[in-house]
Amino acid sequence: MKSPLVRILYIISTSILVITGFGQMPIYKRYYISSLPGLGWLADFYITHWLHYLSAAVLMGLVSYALVIYIFGYRRFQKPSISGFIRGLILAALTVTGVLLVINNLPGSVFSQGAIIFLDLAHMALAMVFIVAGIVAILQKSPWIVERFDR
Amino acid sequence: MSKNISRRAFLKGGLAAAGTLAATRLPAKASQSPMEPLATLIDISKCIGCEACVLACSEVNQQKYPDPIKPFPKMIPKKVPVADWSNKQDVTDRLTPYNWLFIQHAEVEHQDETYELTIPRRCMHCSNPPCVKLCPFGAADQLDNGIARIDTDICLGGAKCKSVCPWKIPERQTGVGIYLDLLPALAGNGVMYKCDRCYDRLAQGELPACIEECPEDVQTIGPRKDIISQAHQLADEIDGYIYGEMENGGTNTIYVSPVPFEKINQAIEKGKGKPHMKPVADTMADANNLAAAMIIAPIAGLAAAAGKIYKMTQKDQS
Repeated sequence: MKSPLVRILYIISTSILVITGFGQMPIYKRYYISSLPGLGWLADFYITHWLHYLSAAVLMGLVSYALVIYIFGYRRFQKPSISGFIRGLILAALTVTGVLLVINNLPGSVFSQGAIIFLDLAHMALAMVFIVAGIVAILQKSPWIVERFDR
Repeated sequence: MSKNISRRAFLKGGLAAAGTLAATRLPAKASQSPMEPLATLIDISKCIGCEACVLACSEVNQQKYPDPIKPFPKMIPKKVPVADWSNKQDVTDRLTPYNWLFIQHAEVEHQDETYELTIPRRCMHCSNPPCVKLCPFGAADQLDNGIARIDTDICLGGAKCKSVCPWKIPERQTGVGIYLDLLPALAGNGVMYKCDRCYDRLAQGELPACIEECPEDVQTIGPRKDIISQAHQLADEIDGYIYGEMENGGTNTIYVSPVPFEKINQAIEKGKGKPHMKPVADTMADANNLAAAMIIAPIAGLAAAAGKIYKMTQKDQS
C-alpha cells in the first residue's frame, strides 16, 4: 500500500502533534522559542491545544483508513515489520491515553487526580518513545509493512 | 427556607441546627462522594470592604503558604524570571502567593446614583476549570464539590494554569516545591498558589474562612443550582446584574451587583494580581467542540477505506 497523500498527511499530522504536544508544557516561552519571529503562537496554549486536537483527529482518520485498507486489501501479501508493529502498538497506546485525556477535558470531572497524572505522564512518555522509534525507523529505513514471504 | 447557608444562619441556629442544615447542604462529605458542585453567591451591595475575609483567609491558610529556600536555583536561560513574594507577605491589595483574596474598589455612576463598591476577588472556581484540565502534569484537581485546587506537592510552577486562566488568578512563588528536587535550572520555577475555597474546612463541615468571618454576610454557599436561582432572585429584587454564571462556561462564584459589570470593570484597577470583570467566553469550548471531530474522523477514514476496497474489488473482478 503506497499512498503519497496518506504519507504526506501522516508526516504533517504527526509533526504538528509532536510540536503542539511539547507545547502543552510551558517550555516554548521559558526557552524563548516563542520569541522567535513567527513562532509566537507556540506560547498560546489554547492554539496549540486546538491544533493538537485537530491533528489527532486527522491522524485517527488516517490510521483507521490505513488499517482497513491493510486488513481487507493487503494482509494476504504484506505484514507489519517489527518496527511497524512496535510503532503501531505505541500509536495505539498514545491514542487510548489521548482519547481519555480528551474525555477528561470535557465538562465534568471523570477521573481521579491519580488517574489524570498517570494519563498525562503515560501520554508524554509514549510520545517520547514514539519519536525515538520513528527516528530509529528513519535511520534504519524500516517500513511500516513488509512483503510476506511465507505465503 | 433558603436551602443555602450563610455565616449568620450558621451561628444563629447554633451548632445543632446548623449541623442539620450542614448535613444536607454543607459539604461534610465533599471529598467522599459525587455531589452537586458548591457555589458561592457574593452580594456586592453588602460588602463594606472591611477586609475581615482577607484577614481570615490569611490566618486560616497560613500553613499552606510557601516557605521558599534561598538563594533560588540559577535558571537556564539566565533571563527566566523568578517570582518572590516572601518579603512582601503583607501585601493585601492584590493576589499573591500569600494573599488569595483581596478587595477591589470601584466608584460607579449608574442611573443618577454614585455607588462606592468593594468587591471580594479570588479564584472563580470555574465549572470546567482550564487550570485543572490543561495542567500538563495533573498538578491541579477539581474536587467533587467543584473546588479547583492546585496540589502544591506536585506543582512545578510553570504557570500554565495562570496563562490559561481567563482572570490570571494563580500566583507563583519561586524556590519552593518539587522542582527543586528535579532539574531546577532547566524545568519548573516554584509553585502556583490560589484560593482553594478552604477545601479542608469544607471537608470537615466547616465554612470557608472568608464566609465565616464576614460581618455582613456578603457570601452564601450552597449547591450551584440553588445559588444560581438565589442570585437571580436577588438580582430581580434589586434590579441588579449577575457575573460568573455564564463566564468561562460557568463558574462556582456568582456575583450580584446593583450596577452593570461593564461599569465595574471600567472602574476597577486591573493588572497583575488584579483581575478584570469583563465577559469571558468558554475557553475550553473550541477544543471540546473539536472532540466531536475525533469521533467523526475515524468514521470518515473507514468510509474512505471502504470505498477504496470496493474499487479494488471491482477492478479485480473486471
